[in-house]
Amino acid sequence: MSELIIRDLHVSVETEQGDKQILKGVDLTIASGQTHAIMGPNGSGKSTLAYTLAGHPKYKVESGTITLDGEDVLEMSVDERARAGLFLAMQYPVEIPGVTVSNFLRTAKTAIDGEAPAIRSWIKDVRASMDNLRMDRTFAERNVNEGFSGGEKKRHEILQMELLKPRFAVLDETDSGLDVDALKVVSEGVNRAKETTDLGILLITHYTRILRYIKPDFVHVFVDGRVAEQGGPELADRLENEGYDRYLSGSNVG
Amino acid sequence: MSAPVVSANANTAAPTDHSKIASRQHSVGGLGLTPVQTRSERFASYDVNDFEAVVPNHAEWKYTPLAKVAPLTGDALDGSTYEYSAATEGGASVAWTGRDDARIGRAGKPEDRASANAWSSFEQALVVTLEGDEASATVSRSAIGADARAAHLLIHATANSRGLVVLENAGDAMLAENVEIIVDDNADLSVVVLHEWADDAVYLASHFANVGRGARLKHVTVTLSGDVVRVNPTAHLGAERGEVELYGLYFADAGQHIEHQVFVHHDGPHTKSTVTYKGALQGDGAHTVWIGDVLIGREGNGTESYEQNRNLLLSDGARADSVPNLEIETGDILGAGHASASGRFDDEQLFYLQARGIPEDEARRLVVRGFLGEVIQKIGVPSIEERLDAAVEAELAVSA
Ligand SMILES: Nc1ncnc2c1ncn2[C@@H]1O[C@H](COP(=O)(O)OP(=O)(O)O)[C@@H](O)[C@H]1O
Ligand SMILES: [Mg+2]
Repeated sequence: MSELIIRDLHVSVETEQGDKQILKGVDLTIASGQTHAIMGPNGSGKSTLAYTLAGHPKYKVESGTITLDGEDVLEMSVDERARAGLFLAMQYPVEIPGVTVSNFLRTAKTAIDGEAPAIRSWIKDVRASMDNLRMDRTFAERNVNEGFSGGEKKRHEILQMELLKPRFAVLDETDSGLDVDALKVVSEGVNRAKETTDLGILLITHYTRILRYIKPDFVHVFVDGRVAEQGGPELADRLENEGYDRYLSGSNVG
Repeated sequence: MSAPVVSANANTAAPTDHSKIASRQHSVGGLGLTPVQTRSERFASYDVNDFEAVVPNHAEWKYTPLAKVAPLTGDALDGSTYEYSAATEGGASVAWTGRDDARIGRAGKPEDRASANAWSSFEQALVVTLEGDEASATVSRSAIGADARAAHLLIHATANSRGLVVLENAGDAMLAENVEIIVDDNADLSVVVLHEWADDAVYLASHFANVGRGARLKHVTVTLSGDVVRVNPTAHLGAERGEVELYGLYFADAGQHIEHQVFVHHDGPHTKSTVTYKGALQGDGAHTVWIGDVLIGREGNGTESYEQNRNLLLSDGARADSVPNLEIETGDILGAGHASASGRFDDEQLFYLQARGIPEDEARRLVVRGFLGEVIQKIGVPSIEERLDAAVEAELAVSA
């Protein structure tokens, strides 16, 4: 069993007006097999948390720690974090012209495993995952995210997650922009990964809709750069009915 | 095709100042003082003496390092034959021919002083002739030498032939050359030119393609090394249903100048052209220039054309100039479009790949190879594609 521990995390981002403080003391502990939903209004810092976990160079950790089974994640480069078992399904996946999905997946798999996958079983795995995610096989020969619709990009993120088999996955608004059918397909993919690899999940979302398909063990309400409240799945039901207004006193409207 | 249609008589040409070259060269040629407004009216002559001395404000020289190319733009050149090796298959032959060969001048007429100097100076032309439907020739040159010289190459794809010509360049050079490419009716020709010159080589070339009725030409120029390499391909689509694809790929290192002035002249109905040039630049003083002129003449009804140039700047201190021009003289075209973009390496792409476990240097290579690979994939000759993949890989390893 693995554990990802975030302690008192403060993060700022460089802006034209100087450094802007975004995360203001985040504490979270996620163990293998657990699903934690992070819910919060726009602008509360959810993506900042996701990017900071992945090591995006724009975000500066002012203080606090992130450890993965005792290893200092903040000391690791972006690719080292991925090889250590962290995966970020991005809210806005990036287009890479001239690099085909199949080349990209194989290169990533080779980097993560430290050796090239056996060709036959790899091709079989890729096809099976694509079929499960209802992705046409022609996607393998298309350039990474180029000309993909919003929903196709999200399926492609989950495809990568299924194939790279991380220990912990951060899903940043994977549900946004998906119609109900696509949402089901993507959720099934996440649940499959959970069953087969004991994946720990940090599910970032603005809406409760996806929680009908991916059942959280814990729900954290994220407001103004920190966790304002946490509880079990019942907390999501309350948010469904009441929204975030209760947490947004005065100036904090995001 | 997604290219936007440009309306009749739209003239997006502007940046080049034709008036300067026109005045004196026209007066020398005795054509009066009419200012040249369009690409087609640019001055042309076989005789170097009809051209005035090269100065920096000439439109076709304004980006080129003139001091470095001076040995080619001044006095007459050594136009004797040089050493080459050739391998042929099918109905292909390679041989020297005299200046009186009737094919010389069928495709080309110099439009700048270096080109005219080469034309005036060459003694014999090297001719590659293709016949039948599986002709191929590879011509390799690596002993041109560092003394200023002129050369003339003629590639002739006879009617209904299908063939491939690969021209490999390496070693020292201070060379001005004209390359005439005659693609007779219904022929299908691919020409791939590789520039892997010595690091201090200077090479100025004008390529002139004349594409017959229903004929197709795929023309690829790849430049990986040399000090100054300037290749100016012109394609004349004067007969019905002629088609050209012009591709360029270049990788400029510190201090290197790589230039292309591309001109496609649609002068026949239902002709089609695609121009795609892509370059990567890395290092202080790496400089690339791309000027792409497309002219759709009054006879160019139902034509389709698209030209684009993209440059990827991998470091500070590199510079890419990119100037697309489109002139349309007929209202009845299927489509015409152009695009040009030069940008820095995108760090978000790097982050995305690294976030999937791919180490930074490998991620960088993947992005650059992907960027250039779009052109490599178009070549359609697997052995050359593999060689170029490896060559680009080697360039990236050196500059990393
Ligand atoms: N790269 C950035 N540059 C400037 N401001 C940023 C940047 N990233 C995030 N922010 C700001 O930080 C706050 C939190 O953003 P984000 O983490 O994207 O929130 P969420 O994902 O919860 O909507 C917002 O006010 C946003 O404008
Ligand atoms: Mg967000």
